[in-house]
Amino acid sequence: MSVAGTVRDLRSGGEPLAARILEVRNLKKYFPVKTSLFGKGTEFVRAVDGINFHIDYGEILGLVGESGCGKSTTGRTVLRLLDPTEGEIIFEGQNIAHFSKRQLRTVYKNMQLVFQDPFASLNPRKKIGNAIDEVLAVHGMKDKEQRRERIRELLDMVGLNGEEDKYPHEFSGGQRQRVVIARALAVNPRLIICDEPVSALDVSIQAQIINLLINLKNRLGLSYLFISHDLRLVKYISDRVAVMYLGKIVELAPAEELFRNPAHPYSMALLSVVTVLGSEKNKKKIILEGEVPSPVSPPSGCRFRTRCRYATKQCSETEPEVKCIGDGHFVSCHLY
Amino acid sequence: MLSEKILEVNDLGVNFHIQDRVIPAVDGVSFSLSKGETLGLVGESGCGKSVTALSIIGLLQTPPARIVRGEILFKGENLLAKNAEEMRKIRGKDISMIFQEPMTSLNPVFTIGQQISEVIMQHQELSKKEALIKTIDMLKLVRIPLPEKVIRQYPHQLSGGMRQRVMIAIALACNPELLIADEPTTALDVTVEAQILELINELKDRMKSAVIMISHDLAVISDIADKVAVMYSGRIVEYADVRSIFNEPKHPYTRGLLEAVPDINMEKGQRLKEIKGVVPRPDEIKEGCRFKTRCDCAGKDCMIKEPPLLKVGTNYVRCWNCA
Ligand SMILES: Nc1ncnc2c1ncn2[C@@H]1O[C@H](COP(=O)(O)OP(=O)(O)OP(=O)(O)O)[C@@H](O)[C@H]1O
Ligand SMILES: Nc1ncnc2c1ncn2[C@@H]1O[C@H](COP(=O)(O)OP(=O)(O)OP(=O)(O)O)[C@@H](O)[C@H]1O
Ligand SMILES: [Mg+2]
Ligand SMILES: [Mg+2]
Repeated sequence: MSVAGTVRDLRSGGEPLAARILEVRNLKKYFPVKTSLFGKGTEFVRAVDGINFHIDYGEILGLVGESGCGKSTTGRTVLRLLDPTEGEIIFEGQNIAHFSKRQLRTVYKNMQLVFQDPFASLNPRKKIGNAIDEVLAVHGMKDKEQRRERIRELLDMVGLNGEEDKYPHEFSGGQRQRVVIARALAVNPRLIICDEPVSALDVSIQAQIINLLINLKNRLGLSYLFISHDLRLVKYISDRVAVMYLGKIVELAPAEELFRNPAHPYSMALLSVVTVLGSEKNKKKIILEGEVPSPVSPPSGCRFRTRCRYATKQCSETEPEVKCIGDGHFVSCHLY
Repeated sequence: MLSEKILEVNDLGVNFHIQDRVIPAVDGVSFSLSKGETLGLVGESGCGKSVTALSIIGLLQTPPARIVRGEILFKGENLLAKNAEEMRKIRGKDISMIFQEPMTSLNPVFTIGQQISEVIMQHQELSKKEALIKTIDMLKLVRIPLPEKVIRQYPHQLSGGMRQRVMIAIALACNPELLIADEPTTALDVTVEAQILELINELKDRMKSAVIMISHDLAVISDIADKVAVMYSGRIVEYADVRSIFNEPKHPYTRGLLEAVPDINMEKGQRLKEIKGVVPRPDEIKEGCRFKTRCDCAGKDCMIKEPPLLKVGTNYVRCWNCA
């Protein structure tokens, strides 16, 4: 059984209509790396190594895991900013895994990206109104007055009304992230990949952006893939959460359920170290020993076994399958 | 023995002179620290945490910075009156610091072993060989696997977490009486953060060092500190023991910070509380309370008169509305 589970089809007028905006099947993304001069050729960073998940319309799926586990690569491959090595990316019923640049143009009307660094993602020499105008023009809004109206509407939506003639440097980090969000919303997307959208921002500003994202989602019926290493944020914003380790999804469950009953030993460790405000100082933490192994030559069997306190012989021999252990709760671990 | 004051910062003021502007980056900061005690220093980016730390350890670049007033008493002696040579002797031996970005503070062209043993030899009469043995001991202490191998490696060959542990090893090499940790875990994963915080806690207990822990993450501070100073725009706005800060925060900014982070036990659909507006530049607010532009309860007084640090219950609070 795949992590995605069975597809619930909504039928309207005989046409099968997916309830899912996105379904990812066995997605892999390998990056070639040069080995020594006399090596046997190329080795691969297995950044994403066969993952399955789906996102429903209007749903927020959180994606968590340590640095380098493949979160951004997942997001970028789903968006086809990277070509997948293997697997299917079914977006609104179509497998876009092998779409051409031209075919992708229509996909980008419905799927957009907001990422971590609002400084790098805006052109410093362009007024923000013009930056948004450009996106609208590219996507076929011919009428200039109509575009101007839309820019006003978008800036209003993110709380920056009347600021279209300013340059990026005239804004604070949080305001710049609002501009980036407005630009992503310009084409009326239905799915937004948010890759660490608030990590670069001050704590007091993070709340503003998170509230804005939730607000927009409710108003416009958006879906998000919300990538973050901040588990408190992910728990707060997501409907369901996927936990990634070394290129694999090791657990996927409704947010409440995952935080109440983490099943995978990695999730348990991850959740145990979330510092909770004013908690008992001696809360039991599971401190993981050692380092994350290299994604070029991951451990045999279960990838987490080298740091797992429950690891047995079986774990080094066979890779655990994905098991359903409760309502929408999937884990891949030999303990179950 | 109970409260042997090791550090006393009194009315510290640091300005930056940029072109024709004078930026009061740290403006009248005071706190004290006893042996074995941990002070958490929190606040948003640019509020003056690192400048305060660098002033204590004597690594502030002057110019552009200028220490314009105050004193920093370390075991009763004013560090601000010491010359560069005297400060060099104190640094690394009596006071040491772990910096925000471990990569920039390690020298890329020397091996890990060379860098740690150099610090040891600077302050202790040891031969090269003895220093190397001590280096391996230190790496073991910070739980670096295979220290004999790591001493021959260069910084870029280590992961971020390992590098930060090397920095801690260097900082602790001479059993400092005061350790300043400037966001030691901000760039790291939560699992590594947990390792590092546990390590600092453990070493603190063993060496009885006093610690200043700088962070913008209140949860990290709540985990490790005995008392907390909350900074805003160059000033301490609230100062109290850790329990009072988290259970009875008084200043609207402290309360805002606590409510702005989602708690793991928070109900779904409950709205995150925002602090409105943007962080002002330190020279932006010329009169009144520095938090007035973002405060929900700012009144007439707050606009024109800056509140002093007032004692409210067990907390010191810079707010007219809390008095
Ligand atoms: N263009 C690339 N070429 C080679 N390797 C890459 C490339 N991009 C990413 N990788 C590798 O793929 C793995 C996954 O990287 P990715 O950026 O997806 O991680 P991440 O989970 O987003 O981490 P972070 O939390 O640090 O952003 C890492 O080992 C990384 O070094
Ligand atoms: N080299 C410098 N040149 C000019 N101004 C500076 C310099 N370093 C610091 N400042 C000023 O001092 C203020 C305080 O800076 P500081 O580095 O102490 O902030 P911080 O609280 O450590 O922030 P962060 O959380 O981002 O590390 C800044 O707002 C800035 O205006
Ligand atoms: Mg990433
Ligand atoms: Mg700093």
